[in-house]
Amino acid sequence: MSVAAPDIDANPVLSARDVVKHYGGVQALKGVDFDIYPGTVTTLFGENGAGKSTLMKILSGVEQPTAGQLILDGAPVVFTSTVDARDRGISIIHQELSLSPNMSVADNIFMGREILRFGQVDYREQARQAAALMTELEEDIDPATPVGELRVGQQQIVEIARALSARSRILIMDEPTSALSAAEIEVLFKVIHDLTERGVAIVYISHHLEEALEITDYAVVLRDGAMTANEVRAHIDLAWIVRHMVGDHYDLGSPPDGYDFGDTALAVEGLSVADATKADRLAVENLDLSVAAGEIVCIYGLMGAGRTELLETLAGNTAARTGTIRLAGAEISHRSIAQRIAAGLCLVPEDRQRDGLVQTLSVGRNLSLASIPEFIKRLFVSNNTERGLVDDGIRDVHVKTDGPDAAIGSLSGGNQQKVVIGKMLATRPNVILLDEPSRGIDIGAKAEVFKLLAERARQGVAVVYSTSEVSECLSIAHRIIVMSRGRIVAEFGPDTTQEAIMAASGESA
Amino acid sequence: MAKTDSSTDGRGRIDFLALLLEGRAFFGLVAIIIVFSFLSPNYFTVDNLLTMTSHVAIFGLLGLGMLLVILTGGIDLSVGSTLGLCGVMTGFFIHGIDLGPLGYTAYPSIWVVGLLVCGVGALVGLVNGVLVAYFKVPSFVATLGALYAVRGIALLITNGLTYNNLGGSEKLGNTGLDWLGFNRLLDIPVGVIIMAVVAIVLSITLNRTAFGRWLYATGGNARAARLSGVPTQFVTVMVFVLSGVCAAIAGLVLTSQLTSAGPTAGTTYELTAIATVVIGGAALAGGIGNVRGTLLGAFVIGFLSDGLVIVGVSNYWQMVFTGVVIVLAVLLNSIDTKKRRRPAKAGDKPSKPADSASDAKTPTATQTS
Repeated sequence: MSVAAPDIDANPVLSARDVVKHYGGVQALKGVDFDIYPGTVTTLFGENGAGKSTLMKILSGVEQPTAGQLILDGAPVVFTSTVDARDRGISIIHQELSLSPNMSVADNIFMGREILRFGQVDYREQARQAAALMTELEEDIDPATPVGELRVGQQQIVEIARALSARSRILIMDEPTSALSAAEIEVLFKVIHDLTERGVAIVYISHHLEEALEITDYAVVLRDGAMTANEVRAHIDLAWIVRHMVGDHYDLGSPPDGYDFGDTALAVEGLSVADATKADRLAVENLDLSVAAGEIVCIYGLMGAGRTELLETLAGNTAARTGTIRLAGAEISHRSIAQRIAAGLCLVPEDRQRDGLVQTLSVGRNLSLASIPEFIKRLFVSNNTERGLVDDGIRDVHVKTDGPDAAIGSLSGGNQQKVVIGKMLATRPNVILLDEPSRGIDIGAKAEVFKLLAERARQGVAVVYSTSEVSECLSIAHRIIVMSRGRIVAEFGPDTTQEAIMAASGESA
Repeated sequence: MAKTDSSTDGRGRIDFLALLLEGRAFFGLVAIIIVFSFLSPNYFTVDNLLTMTSHVAIFGLLGLGMLLVILTGGIDLSVGSTLGLCGVMTGFFIHGIDLGPLGYTAYPSIWVVGLLVCGVGALVGLVNGVLVAYFKVPSFVATLGALYAVRGIALLITNGLTYNNLGGSEKLGNTGLDWLGFNRLLDIPVGVIIMAVVAIVLSITLNRTAFGRWLYATGGNARAARLSGVPTQFVTVMVFVLSGVCAAIAGLVLTSQLTSAGPTAGTTYELTAIATVVIGGAALAGGIGNVRGTLLGAFVIGFLSDGLVIVGVSNYWQMVFTGVVIVLAVLLNSIDTKKRRRPAKAGDKPSKPADSASDAKTPTATQTS
């Protein structure tokens, strides 16, 4: 893949040349060239599964490339581990921060590289250096504070301080703003700016495209494991990024038409849900939503917008603080998950490994799990009825498997997701909620999943799905709802643009 | 697709190692019988086998209850103490319930005593289950507490003494406890039959009822089960209740066999019960295990320890041997688990050649992003 490199004078501090990475039979990176220049911010754009994380893992020594080369300061280099990479000046800050909440700021900064004096940890020197770093970063944090007591934004600063104390020249940040408030993002951007002034190279990954555009110097776009574009900031805009991210032939279908919507299937009024981590905050705030039978509604929003909390509350996994949920007119707020499933409302959860699948059960048992009452005859399981239900399920959602008795782990990610969806469709719902149904599955499987949902809508099922990828909004949805900070901030028809949706999801709205 | 040996279950050629692992408890049992038959002419006789099986019944009953708890990913450390308490309660009920204010002492018939004792076991299980399911106390801690508290209650009831004279009297109509421990139906000790009946009932429950499905799903992934409408909290409470009832039945049988009810009966039996389940191939993480395996595990433990007694091995060596057998079983278990996990890891086989591999992540990799 040869994409014309932008016109840059400086020599790259770190380069990847023709890097290939296989996981089993899956090719995550297909020969990527990537350059990082001192004192600049380079942003990696790409959808889930495009290979961003894999590339970051290779650059930071977490993984070794299957083929290809890394070049540091002009000489080929092999990172044997993250420690090795860190010793050579490359640090990574993961989306999930890797700090010990029970230990102090200073302890965390020097974790694994403790300053020793006569064979013992020199706490005084560590505290002194930690305080110096905090001054440098203009953060008023006492190095003796346990990290668990800090806000997420401050914890991020501690991670950055850790990287600086290791004399990092290259700092990789994976979705650093996803959990930050607007004010905290401002502080972070200022820190990033200071770092680049000092010659540190930043590699930045964010799903929040506008935000990334604000600070980046270079943009690199990955798609399906290959680099599709590489350009300096001056020559790019939002549309350019989206075009290269999703490609030209990216069709996830269109809203099914030629039929009328039925009555209101799901009506939510004044729904508020408490935040699971901070009791005084609301994850969903006074939200109204109404979905008709046969209608497909897409909920778009950034991480932390409250989409998951909304859907889990509707499904009965989390209790609402206030508000009513009506299913075909009947109030269901106080019903259990099982009762809601029986009434025709079900949820396909976001994290299929954690919430969707039972790894110890076969494909068939997973498929039938939510509809056990359907095949119980006089106390006992009817194997024939179950087998029929499972066979229908496998056929309906096109699961590629050796058979119902195959281990669930033997399926690919996309097929596992289809099993989770099939499990819920087997309950014959009137309303199906799907939380990020396309997460971690390839484009082919994505298209199949959306086709499946469109078919169900045509049969009169109300479909509500959430996504953090704007390209998926403009597929089968009749209506697109944008959430931010627990509220609905905008609503669009299928004729809107990706730019409009993204703009609406921003902090300013 | 080059490596099909590990991914195709039960299809194609027979994998000898897999067969050995699948039937390891069975082969272990056969090996134990062969070895001890060589060492002692008295071992492999009908009489001795029946005697040993009576001992097995106690561990088998405790193990079956424990299996249910372990299948949900929990543990029940209180079964030994529950067995002791239930033995004591058996003696207590047979000696008459003093209904003080009424000025009258009730002597329930032996059937009622049995039911009341099972109720005591269920009550202990209910407390455990509610603590675990609704108050989110880890099962290890909740049942560790019960291990002490329940034993303490048993000691308090008798003031540390042992109930003897459990025969009851014809006049009061509460005789018959000896039936459990000494009688035989079709030449088979009643205790063994009770174990078999419990095993069959539990086996049907696990394989053929909705509750069985709920149980395996809860143990495999409680979150996914809950979101699929499985009443996971109810399941958790019920497995502890059933484990308590199993311990109560074992307590009744043991009390009858010993013709006395001591408050320290069943001490450390919870560990034997866990060993039974583990040797039977169940995973402590939950979701994997079955009745057949646990029964085999009970036979392995029972036949091994009785065999060691018969050939005159000292008490201390018996403990060493038992320990080695347990660890060996778990060792084989972890080999087994590794073997099963492997196809799952490399299982993302693309149906089409490399061009379809547009997803950057394998199923296992998706969890990390």
